[in-house]
Amino acid sequence: MTKKRLIQRIAFITFGLISLMVVGILFAILGFIAIRGIHVVNWEFLTAMPEDGMTKGGIFPAIVGTGCLVLGSIIFAFPIGVLSGIYTNEYLKDSWLKRFIRMMTNNLAGIPSIVFGLFGMALFVNYLKFGDSIIAGSLTLGLLTLPVVIRTTEEALKSVDNTLRLGSYALGATKLQTIRRVVLPVAYPNIITGLILSIGRVSGETAPILFTVAAYFLPKLPSSLSDQVMALPYHLYVLATSGTNMEETRPMAYGTAFVLIAIVLIINTAASLLRRYLNKKVKMD
Amino acid sequence: MIQAEAKNINVWYGDFHALKDISMTFEPNTVTALIGPSGCGKSTFLRLFNRMNDLISNFRLEGLITVDGQNIYSKEAKIDEIRKGIGMVFQKPNPFPKSIFENVAYGLRVNGINDRKTIQETVERSLRQAALWDEVKDDLKKSAMSISGGQQQRLCIARALAVQPRLILMDEPASALDPISTAKIEELIFELKKSYTILIVTHNLQQAGRISDYTGFFYLGDMVEHDLTKKIFLNPSNERTQNYITGRFG
Repeated sequence: MTKKRLIQRIAFITFGLISLMVVGILFAILGFIAIRGIHVVNWEFLTAMPEDGMTKGGIFPAIVGTGCLVLGSIIFAFPIGVLSGIYTNEYLKDSWLKRFIRMMTNNLAGIPSIVFGLFGMALFVNYLKFGDSIIAGSLTLGLLTLPVVIRTTEEALKSVDNTLRLGSYALGATKLQTIRRVVLPVAYPNIITGLILSIGRVSGETAPILFTVAAYFLPKLPSSLSDQVMALPYHLYVLATSGTNMEETRPMAYGTAFVLIAIVLIINTAASLLRRYLNKKVKMD
Repeated sequence: MIQAEAKNINVWYGDFHALKDISMTFEPNTVTALIGPSGCGKSTFLRLFNRMNDLISNFRLEGLITVDGQNIYSKEAKIDEIRKGIGMVFQKPNPFPKSIFENVAYGLRVNGINDRKTIQETVERSLRQAALWDEVKDDLKKSAMSISGGQQQRLCIARALAVQPRLILMDEPASALDPISTAKIEELIFELKKSYTILIVTHNLQQAGRISDYTGFFYLGDMVEHDLTKKIFLNPSNERTQNYITGRFG
């Protein structure tokens, strides 16, 4: 074997091992949680209220709570984020304004989530007097997702072949017609899957809901938007750090972690399947 | 008679002087080939006629462009109206990811024509004119992405014909196609000339020789020579044209 081939082979093997290591870490985490948590998870665990200082019963209200928060945050963040992404990518010419908006969006994405939590508490809970409530928590989570939604939309629009836009303009279409009839039909699979991926992230966020909605122990379902709810990530935190009987709550914590991870994995898998299906559909019709 | 005219055209992109004092006229039912090395300004010149350069942020134009006697850069001219009246075919086939039928119908729909019968008739007429009808008439509902590159390019021509343009601009329409598809496009251009006026940018000199009545040679933003294609190829007046035609540079 010549020297350069040998070097090439060593390089490939090194890169391969490192990639395997990344996968290995992921499997180690998942495996650890699964081994310790899976035996706790059964139908009762998923559908019952917590009991006996959270050492028995289930996590049903936390699952419902997280569902409410996810739904609330996407209702708020998706329309605003998608429209804003369309505006910056399709309407704004390359100028200082566009660069400024992009920079601010990136900065927004870089703000620690606990800061969003404090901001949400100050604005929604206290100033707007929503109190600790689903609405305050959803809006806070929505703010956190907004930059992700904007970026996702922009990336999806950027990947649309520009000659399609030119072809549309050349036929006398206006910008809005071009966006509606040509650009969005091509871009929407990637926009939608990006949005679904952001749901996965929202459902795992703890800090933004800490001071805006999350209840320590509330074994009932919410009846209005101004109610507090339990939520999976915060419930996990509570079980792991501040239960009344740590030994007894530990299995419950692993079970909760397992459910949370499973939900996120299911959402992400659904997103990539949907993307594949929709992209194929766009090409076919 | 004059179908389209460029008068004392100067174009800048920022500080870059892309076209320098160019005047040309185009007669109805002729094909004019615009040739020249890359970056000579021929595509920029072509795109003046449907105001595509307006999409570039630092584009600046001086001079007059008229189509059918109408100043298409006047304040009253509506940009989408102008573009509707001038067909354009791009280098790479760019059908929309819609059905074959909807691709051709697109120009009508965005211009507010929704009558089903009118649309159906126009789609068929345009596909026939683009010599594509017989190949796709049973598959009109199929995706435009499912046909070959050559067919896609003829579909893009049909799409442009559907809005009954006064002028057709082609920007290297065959450069991404195989020889057989290219031959079909060239035949088609020859047919379309009977009803339309065509400007075509091409890097393929043989192609310019085969399909065009007139040829304009561009070099570094100057229009060096504009004459009958025969004259340009057999007996050019300018030495630079001669050198380019004979392949001494470019």
